[in-house]
Amino acid sequence: MSASGGPAVLAEALTKKFGDFTAVDHLDLRIERGQVIGFLGPNGAGKSTTIRMLCGLLLPTSGRASVAGFDVGREPEAVREHIGYMSQKFSLYGDLTVRENLRFFGGIYRVRREDFAERMRFAISMAGLEGRQNALVHTLAGGWKQRLALGCAILHRPPVLFLDEPTSGVEPEARRQFWDLIHDLAAEHVTILVSTHYMDEAEYCNQVALIDRGTLIAMGTPSELRGHRLSGQLYELRCSPLGGALKALRGVTGVVEAAIFGDRLHVVLAENAPAGADIRRLLSEHGIQADLPRRIMPSLEDVFVQLVSRGAEHRVTA
Amino acid sequence: MFGRLSVMLFKEFIQLRRDRWMMFRLIVPLFIQMVVFGYAATFTVHHVATAVLDLDQSQASRSLISHFVATSRFDIVDMARNQRQITRDIVHDRAVVAIVIHAGFSQDLESGRAAPLQVIVDGTNSNTALIALGYLSQITSQFSAEWAARAISLNVSAVRPETGIRLEPLPWFNEGLNERWFFIPGVIGTLTLLQVVSLTAFAVVREREVGTLEQIMVSPIRPFEFILGKTVPFFLIGFGDIALVTAFGLLWFRVPFVGDPLVMLGGSSLFLMAAVGMGLLLSTFSRTQQQAFALNFFLLNPFFILSGFAFPIAAMPRFLQWFTMINPLRYFLVVIRAVFLKGVGVDVLWPQLLALAALAGVMLTVSVLRFRKSLE
Repeated sequence: MSASGGPAVLAEALTKKFGDFTAVDHLDLRIERGQVIGFLGPNGAGKSTTIRMLCGLLLPTSGRASVAGFDVGREPEAVREHIGYMSQKFSLYGDLTVRENLRFFGGIYRVRREDFAERMRFAISMAGLEGRQNALVHTLAGGWKQRLALGCAILHRPPVLFLDEPTSGVEPEARRQFWDLIHDLAAEHVTILVSTHYMDEAEYCNQVALIDRGTLIAMGTPSELRGHRLSGQLYELRCSPLGGALKALRGVTGVVEAAIFGDRLHVVLAENAPAGADIRRLLSEHGIQADLPRRIMPSLEDVFVQLVSRGAEHRVTA
Repeated sequence: MFGRLSVMLFKEFIQLRRDRWMMFRLIVPLFIQMVVFGYAATFTVHHVATAVLDLDQSQASRSLISHFVATSRFDIVDMARNQRQITRDIVHDRAVVAIVIHAGFSQDLESGRAAPLQVIVDGTNSNTALIALGYLSQITSQFSAEWAARAISLNVSAVRPETGIRLEPLPWFNEGLNERWFFIPGVIGTLTLLQVVSLTAFAVVREREVGTLEQIMVSPIRPFEFILGKTVPFFLIGFGDIALVTAFGLLWFRVPFVGDPLVMLGGSSLFLMAAVGMGLLLSTFSRTQQQAFALNFFLLNPFFILSGFAFPIAAMPRFLQWFTMINPLRYFLVVIRAVFLKGVGVDVLWPQLLALAALAGVMLTVSVLRFRKSLE
């Protein structure tokens, strides 16, 4: 089947331009087999475009990539035989039944007849659709549709699976179940590349790739990213009004970054920053009520916010 | 390849069968259009509202008027008493044609001079006006021939016997010049093109819109497998259309079919290939069904008008004649009319068949080439 050894996905200087707009800009990526890797980034960061190039749906403008050991540009058919793909649209035929959809995708992938019955049973039980094989797909709720779409995408047992925002528009409990399925697949050595803009989902991944404006800005395990990527210590600050506090703190020596997180402020402080009490005094001079800052463990979102804004500064000064 | 294609076809037919609205769209418009074209599409003019001003009030003038009444072509709606009334009739749409017989009409006839007859026609509908004038001159010349014959039999020496050219028309293939025989075969081609192009385009664009197209394109399926799967059903539906409408035309409207069914079959296959190719090509230019609909509407109207269905291509300006060269309907109409009415075969129709084959080849090739690109 797939060429053995080597990374599951390898991209070198992968670039895609749409006219003047560069959606993906010299992206380098190396994903080892059996990993669950999360593509994290805001909308329009180039996550989908990257995935679509890796699947052979889009031709790269420049650079090269290989998936499961096959070159995306030169051996697209071999690549397609070794990948599964599912997008946020859960692209199934609404006017076909559950069974008819599975049979269709099984046929398109030429799953052998003797394997098919067992794989269909597996996909149906994975999606939790026992007894509803003959239901028309458009009558199913989002979570079922999503799991059935995943079932269709893995009927041919692909070693590499691309999931493009598979959990968007699905209720939280179904999202949780879906991630359990992803980990079950990873346990069977399937390499899974999943894009999301839910930060909490990144915690379920072995590796996280942060993507912003078409470039890879950081990659590592969630704890690596949390531990080493922040330049300074993270503090949480209850204060009011939040907007005024944000303005007052930005530009103060030692304040690396300040951002609003829900009803409080997250502030990254360097060594030379004012002490907690001084910050509180400084804010009250601006008429802002504040508690003492409390040191907290950074979340991936903190890391992401800082990396994105740092990247933006680089681009401005460059 | 056969496996994937049969999977595609199987899926396509399940979807077609499940779509009640689709079955309705397939059958009902065909019959409605067939009935509409069979009964309403006619250039014949009957019962033209006519006003008459008889200033001669003679036996000859009354005889002339009775000649008009005797045909069902003209209905006399007003025996006017003066010119003003005639004008009013035409202006107010009470009459389309007005006939004025001047005083001295019978005197002129009796003395063997040419008798002038004034005819006023509402030219707003130029087509009706032209045809009504044709009937008018037919009826008057018949009248004058009768008058001359009578004069000779009465031995009135002043009247010269009829001389000159007499037309003896003998239409071939459609002796009665029955317009239905002309229209029905045309309707078959037109309706089929309309239906097959739009169905094919919509079927592909719908998959693009829902995202299933992308889902299929990440599978190892080859573009031509997908394209065949997407076009063969509509090719077959097109055949069904042609068979159904042909049967209706033969059995209900009694249009003759003197040609070789095999020529019809071959011509239809090439035509349908061009039609699905056109639909496919259209789909590569549309992201949404709405766009496909707009494009379809925008394109099919010119294809219909510039096909020779109703308006002769030879009368069109040169640049529009060039455009008709890429219109599959243009060639198919020639083929289908010839097969129905003339009974000629491939020895005569080969240029049209060749053109259809070339168009089908080009459209299918271009759409297959554009297909991958259109995914981006």
